Amino acid sequence: MKLNGAEIFVQCLQEMNVRVVFGYPGGAILNIYDEIYRAKNLQHILVRHEQGAVHAADGYARVTGEVGVALVTSGPGATNAVTGLATAHMDSVPMVCFSGQVSSSLIGNDAFQEADTVGITRSCTKHNYLVKKVDDLARIIREAFYIARTGRPGPVLIDIPKDILTQKTEHVYRDGRVDIPSYRPTVEGHTGQIRRAVKLLQKAHRPVIYTGGGVILSNAAQELKEFAHALGAPVTNTLMGLGGFPGTDGQFLGMLGMHGTYEANMAVTRCDLLIAIGARFDDRVTGKISEFAPEAEIVHIDIDPTSVSKNVKVDVPIVGDVKHVLGKMIELVGDAAFRKQKPDYTSWWNEIETWRRRECLKFTQDDKVIQPQTVIKTLYEMTHGNAIVVTDVGQHQMWAAQFYAFDRPRRWLTSGGLGTMGYGLPAALGALVAKPDQPIFLISGDGSIQMNIQELGTARQHRLPVKIIILNNSFLGMVRQWQELFYGRRYSETDLSDMAAPDFQKLAEAYGAVGLLAERPDQVESVLRQTMETPGMVIAEFRTNRECNVYPMVPAGAAMSEMILL
Amino acid sequence: MRHVLSVLVNNEPGVLTRVSGLFSARGFNIESLSVAPVGDGTSSRITMVSHGDSQITEQITKQLNKLIPVIRVVDLTDGPHVERELMLIKVAAERDMRAEIMRIADIFRSRVVDATQVSFIIEVTGGSEKLDACLAMLSPLGVVEMVRTGKVAMSRGEKRT
Repeated sequence: MKLNGAEIFVQCLQEMNVRVVFGYPGGAILNIYDEIYRAKNLQHILVRHEQGAVHAADGYARVTGEVGVALVTSGPGATNAVTGLATAHMDSVPMVCFSGQVSSSLIGNDAFQEADTVGITRSCTKHNYLVKKVDDLARIIREAFYIARTGRPGPVLIDIPKDILTQKTEHVYRDGRVDIPSYRPTVEGHTGQIRRAVKLLQKAHRPVIYTGGGVILSNAAQELKEFAHALGAPVTNTLMGLGGFPGTDGQFLGMLGMHGTYEANMAVTRCDLLIAIGARFDDRVTGKISEFAPEAEIVHIDIDPTSVSKNVKVDVPIVGDVKHVLGKMIELVGDAAFRKQKPDYTSWWNEIETWRRRECLKFTQDDKVIQPQTVIKTLYEMTHGNAIVVTDVGQHQMWAAQFYAFDRPRRWLTSGGLGTMGYGLPAALGALVAKPDQPIFLISGDGSIQMNIQELGTARQHRLPVKIIILNNSFLGMVRQWQELFYGRRYSETDLSDMAAPDFQKLAEAYGAVGLLAERPDQVESVLRQTMETPGMVIAEFRTNRECNVYPMVPAGAAMSEMILL
Repeated sequence: MRHVLSVLVNNEPGVLTRVSGLFSARGFNIESLSVAPVGDGTSSRITMVSHGDSQITEQITKQLNKLIPVIRVVDLTDGPHVERELMLIKVAAERDMRAEIMRIADIFRSRVVDATQVSFIIEVTGGSEKLDACLAMLSPLGVVEMVRTGKVAMSRGEKRT
């Protein structure tokens, strides 16, 4: 069957079972939009800015585990997509982004809306393609989906010149299977290495399991739970790893790192064996590298060999898919001989309990000013921990991570690696498109919500009932916190109190949403209840304690044990 | 420490940019680089010389392997290997100097590949030290310009690189 490039695009998307595309039309991509107009079974969500399209595809991918798809035009469409791609790249989100390009004959001529998209996106994608012949298009699309979702997942960009979309070639339907000889991710962990790791487990008296986003990406939450329970060791999660292990489990120590719990950071500092699973020893997790887990031997399970021994020297590296490796380890740890020899962890747990008694997340709520933590804690209680929570970046993000416990994976969407303000709203919309029947809350700040606030228009147009909680302290709170602690309280350009934010209730009205406001602690519960019970989009603003800080805090470059506690 | 990496890649547009971009993005150094298609032309061989401790080199090797079009990365400095480069030197060759220049070229088993009334181009191949030595001998005689390739290298013995 002879098809043109635009028709092949639609055919291949159907081959990949893509049901939703997030995008924004433009000159170079018009032919694809003409096909989308005709296509059945392909929903298109029109966003208000290309960054929103990519974040929405990202949110869709994180809640479903499927490959998110974004579609943008050439030039400014593609450059606007860059932040979204970089965000997905840092957090290993499977995604394919299609960008229009000027016609092949014009490439390099500084044509209208031309940008070197492949050049610009090379370092913020897992891989990218410029399609040179229409004959290559189907193969490239199939490869892109395969690369995006296998190995360590990530975004792949396909740049398609306009003339390719009108040229015709023979197209044969395929099942999407591809073979790229130069790309063969290691899935099965090395058996010898797994045995070495279990040997270390057998003699460790103070083990800690430290897990990251890899557990979620690999759909290994069940395996992790079994492994941790079989071992009886404490578990801590990175920001990206939350939900990979039940937040209400007795073995859970909370998040570790810069704003991690006292018990998690102390346990990592004191442990004699650290089992890192699908985590990459990010600087926000390790603090001062030389004093990170100084007494420990380290086992590291990760599908990405470059993550192993990149920041911290590892004693037993196991390259492979977390789900697969944990499956093998559960067998060995469940073995009767292992159980008989395994040291007793009672004194280790006693030590941990003394750290827990510090109650590092304790805060006091008076009856005058709303503490931001109260809002999240109340939301957690009222939703019974069952909501999908999306955040932006800053203090509210850390409080959400600390006070909303996730018992299941893929219910916590946050920009961890890149720390992209403006991620939240579009990502929440993408999640809503995927899970329209689930309660989805966006927790944001008065700073973050104003980046990509234009996506309220997308929510309105597509009737996406997003529940937006704005913790408004009239500051760029996290930057202010650093200024308070490390820059002599010189609040340079972080005070948003003087008309720097819109009237959020009027804004809600303008977008056909319901706007709510809580100014006193006794209003928190009722406003949250209204937020949950009001159908459609709701913007609930909570005026919170202006100069509340996120604690505990490990100052940048300090050791994990040098926490500032409240 | 100095490392010679032999990188086999798919011969496709942009592959060299991916490899060199990786070095600049991650702060690795490239001392020299040479690339040409090999075999039936579907793949290319990149030979690159880089400096770094073993942890950096391990990271470079892994990062290179992670690039989709990279087929194989071998650190040749792990074992015995042959390294060669090629140099072209243009020397001003007035009448009284011509015999002397020819003699020096002979010592280094190099060849004159272009000659005019007033100049020679001499082609030398070999290891870096030989090329340096040849250049040092010719410099006082009036070197007009010089070009050098990056190193190419291959492991010794029957084993494939």
